[in-house]
Amino acid sequence: MTAAVGRRGPALALAAAVRAGEVSAADVVEEHLAAIAGCDGELHAFLVVLADEARAAAAAVDRQVAAGEDPGPLAGVPIALKDNLCTRGIPTTCSSRILEGWKPPYDATVVERVRAAGAVAIGKTNLDEFAMGSSTENSAFGPTRNPHDPSRVPGGSSGGSAAAVASGMAPLALGSDTGGSIRQPAALCGVVGMKPTYGAVSRYGLVAFASSLDQIGPFARTVADAALLFDVIGGHDDRDSTSLDRPAPRCSSRLDDGVGGVRIGVLRELVEGEGMDPEVRGRIREAAEALAGAGASVEEVSVPELRYALPAYYLLAPAEASSNLARYDGVRYGLRVDGPDVGAMNAATRAAGFGPEVKRRIMLGTYALSAGYYDAYYGQAQKIRTLIIGALDSAYGRVDILLGATTPTTAFALGDKVDDPLAMYLNDVCTIPSNLAGHPAVSVPFGTDGLGLPVGAQLMAPALEEGLLFQVAAVLEGAAPALGLPRVAAATLGSGGRAGGEDS
Amino acid sequence: MAGEGSRAGLTREDAAYVARLARIELTEEELGTYARQLAVVLDHAAEIAALDTSGLVPTAHPLPLENVLRPDVVRPSVDREEVLAMAPAVEDQRFRVPRILGEPS
Amino acid sequence: MSGTWEPVIGLEVHCELKTATKLFCGCRNAFGDEPNTNVCPVCLGLPGSLPVLNEGAVELAMRIGTALHCEIRPSVFHRKNYFYPDMPKDYQVSQYDAPINVGGRLELPDGSTVGIERAHLEEDTGKTGHIGGEGGRIHGAAHSLVDYNRAGVPLVEIVSRPDIFSAAQARLYAGELRAILVASGSSDGRMEEGSMRVDANVSVRPAGRAELGTRCEIKNLNSLHSLARAIEHEIGRQVALIESGERVVQQTRHWDEDQGRTVTLRSKEEAFDYRYFPEPDLVPLSPSADWVADVARSMGPMPADRRRKLTELLGEAAGGRTDQIVGVVEKDLEGLVEAAVAAGIGPALALARTANEASANPDGAREVDPISYVTILRLEQEGLLSATQAKSVLATLLDHGKESAALVAKLGEKGTPAEIAARLGFEALGDDSTARLVSDAVEANPGEWARYLEGEAKLAGFFTGIVMKASKGKANGKVVAAELERLKG
Ligand SMILES: [Mg+2]
Ligand SMILES: [Zn+2]
Repeated sequence: MTAAVGRRGPALALAAAVRAGEVSAADVVEEHLAAIAGCDGELHAFLVVLADEARAAAAAVDRQVAAGEDPGPLAGVPIALKDNLCTRGIPTTCSSRILEGWKPPYDATVVERVRAAGAVAIGKTNLDEFAMGSSTENSAFGPTRNPHDPSRVPGGSSGGSAAAVASGMAPLALGSDTGGSIRQPAALCGVVGMKPTYGAVSRYGLVAFASSLDQIGPFARTVADAALLFDVIGGHDDRDSTSLDRPAPRCSSRLDDGVGGVRIGVLRELVEGEGMDPEVRGRIREAAEALAGAGASVEEVSVPELRYALPAYYLLAPAEASSNLARYDGVRYGLRVDGPDVGAMNAATRAAGFGPEVKRRIMLGTYALSAGYYDAYYGQAQKIRTLIIGALDSAYGRVDILLGATTPTTAFALGDKVDDPLAMYLNDVCTIPSNLAGHPAVSVPFGTDGLGLPVGAQLMAPALEEGLLFQVAAVLEGAAPALGLPRVAAATLGSGGRAGGEDS
Repeated sequence: MAGEGSRAGLTREDAAYVARLARIELTEEELGTYARQLAVVLDHAAEIAALDTSGLVPTAHPLPLENVLRPDVVRPSVDREEVLAMAPAVEDQRFRVPRILGEPS
Repeated sequence: MSGTWEPVIGLEVHCELKTATKLFCGCRNAFGDEPNTNVCPVCLGLPGSLPVLNEGAVELAMRIGTALHCEIRPSVFHRKNYFYPDMPKDYQVSQYDAPINVGGRLELPDGSTVGIERAHLEEDTGKTGHIGGEGGRIHGAAHSLVDYNRAGVPLVEIVSRPDIFSAAQARLYAGELRAILVASGSSDGRMEEGSMRVDANVSVRPAGRAELGTRCEIKNLNSLHSLARAIEHEIGRQVALIESGERVVQQTRHWDEDQGRTVTLRSKEEAFDYRYFPEPDLVPLSPSADWVADVARSMGPMPADRRRKLTELLGEAAGGRTDQIVGVVEKDLEGLVEAAVAAGIGPALALARTANEASANPDGAREVDPISYVTILRLEQEGLLSATQAKSVLATLLDHGKESAALVAKLGEKGTPAEIAARLGFEALGDDSTARLVSDAVEANPGEWARYLEGEAKLAGFFTGIVMKASKGKANGKVVAAELERLKG
């Protein structure tokens, strides 16, 4: 097993090997640092690599193993952290100039939890500034590139995390998903990315974009790894008032349950909808057939109300963001550009510190909340949420899981959509409904288009049904066509662990 | 605020008012660009703004929780040196800011 | 103020709750600590931090609601968005259209009632100090310094209806509200320390008209005294404006205590667009009926209830003595009146001695042994101590506070009141001696005596005064009056 796993296999196998003393965590970390050295110059997935911290953490894991202690289910597994997750004493920038150099005095709950499970934080990954974007081009520190084709975007906003996992620089990563920011880059980079039920994972220490939509979730190269990471980070946290009062999830135990008798609804709007690439559509049809072949009952479902999701999202998210980002005013931390009085200082700081997309969304959100517009915009969008939740609930009266595309197209070229906000926003049309409803959803790689670019199949489930979601995802993964190695990838990535890869 | 009326019409004055509320210093050129781009997005949103939602209650949270409370028990604060080390300007153990014009609400 | 104008006043009172910790984090809620020592990621608004509501603050807000006879309702927190350096998140978390307490009332000692619109929970801001300006003022300051210790301290904002019609009534309202806050254990109510802050909305209208005039809001009222002064001044300013043909402009004004006037801060035109929306990081609050009932049960009676009870106890003696009743309840001393009346002391005497002598030494009075206290009152009532003597003994007794019982016990519980009085060092003048002093006074003042006999009754006071002086206050006034009556025949 060890030989097949190598030192860069799936997280589950790596952790098992480390716990068994077959592989040292120190070697695992060195192997991944070498992979970063080899790939990240081209991909720019990382904003900072935590080499020293990772080595120290790996050494601690190895000492635990030597002492006969259990370092936890993620023993020695390197993990990349999206740079909007607070890390004590380590810069947390959100890819924004306004936070450049800021070191939080505390760790996010999820960071505490992955560390407690034995994982080794290996670096902070690039993102669209404050997670606002779908291409990771809105980073103040330069874009991340897609490992499958470096002339293309990795998706966003968690593009750095997706690229790091796809290229083998880390077996696991954490991202955040407000309108698809985990699932969309996962689809474009050919990895598994999952957004949990709203409240299933603590948001404490996640720098807020849109508080009522944000959720942290896992990236991995296998469904089993994603489920394990979700099991580790999930469960109640009393520092987050919106954290659901329930124990840590146990999704890993359901991966072999199959789909016999599971009712799958192929969501017409996410397959036949406007702007859907025919090749993407074809792959999703094949995914549906594969699930039927595995014993699921598959039927067509339509939820026409989903057409309102995108405009509702583009009122809600910027409105909350405009308030969440008010605190970057140059008074207490981060950037300050001086001015003759405090108001001028605030305005100059924010002008210099925020990039164009962040300013655009703050402007949009401020407008949507301003006097006379609240009812027409924010209030109305909240009612659309109710409408969409009701519509999805009635769909879930007929089926257990919904299947559709994660994104309308595969990865597009860098620079293609930066000047057209609306075209960029349309990337999230398939992922946004789950955020508005607070429902869990996962993107699983399912084949490629004619250019060899990955296609993501999205599974959606009702609130708190992550177990079923992963159960179906595992079947889908097993049936997926093999995905070619990314063009930019660690040399030994092929030794195991790609989604659906059977060639090890 | 100014400029109510046609839904596509977001004027430069509207943009300037919003920029003032949002405390972002924008150039004349940026004001024009944002006014235009915001109008496009708001036009897209016009479809839902016009929707009859009279029978619907707003959803603030996807899952209904209430009465999430913590006990009134003191927990350690953050060390002052660590807090002030983050600040752009400090004087006399406090955060220093340029002069303040006008009072809050 | 011209008689044709009626002022209409509404008050907004912010009071800091007496919790151990802040509203949304576990930092200490304390006044006067070293700057920026009670701060954490949450109350500094650091990126990624999230608020969690303090159960203790909710309970104190419910106490205030209960004391003000409000309906305690399900509530929602909103964000009030505006930039200010003392506000770490650049929004204030406050309750907006669904406050926890709505629709109550406050009964004032003068018998009037002021409606309460709402009493909602919100967080306080930090504290800004201004450097380089005149006397630490904001205007002309070169720069400012911010301390976030107070940021996030729980506040309840109590908004009255515009049911107040004079500066004096406004002062009474604020005083009574403070008494309620203290009595309910919710707040210290210290205006000087800023734990109770009052803003006044003042307008005037022609007397008898229903609709309200244009109002101005006055801020920076740091004491009950400045509250009354500022309102009085503002009423005058508005009336003068209107009478000279100008109009009142809606604006916020600042009370300048030194100059004794209000100055403009900003007008409505510059008003803020707060962009309220429901705070997505918090969930709705919906206190259960059991919780509401528990809070109500745990509370002692409020000042108005206590005044009512005391008034009933006093019966006819309460008439015209409102100030004494208010004072006794305010100082928490009605227990002494009750003890005295229960022991057979006349209500008027019990109230007078408590409102005057006991209230002059409230700390001693709260500790004094009631039996000893009543013993002295009985000596006075039975004429064994003159009023002057009784006051003097009470002063000594109250000075002894906790030891008062021991003091009286040392003198001996047994014995007639006269014996006890003697042991206390106050030998009451015997009736015979008093009679002798009365006849001395009559003989020495034949003219006055003649007029007294002709019916000039007030001269009784003249003779009593002479007798009191001669006896150094030891004579009993009743005995003097009886003797004068006897000599008159
Ligand atoms: Mg307030
Ligand atoms: Zn705090």
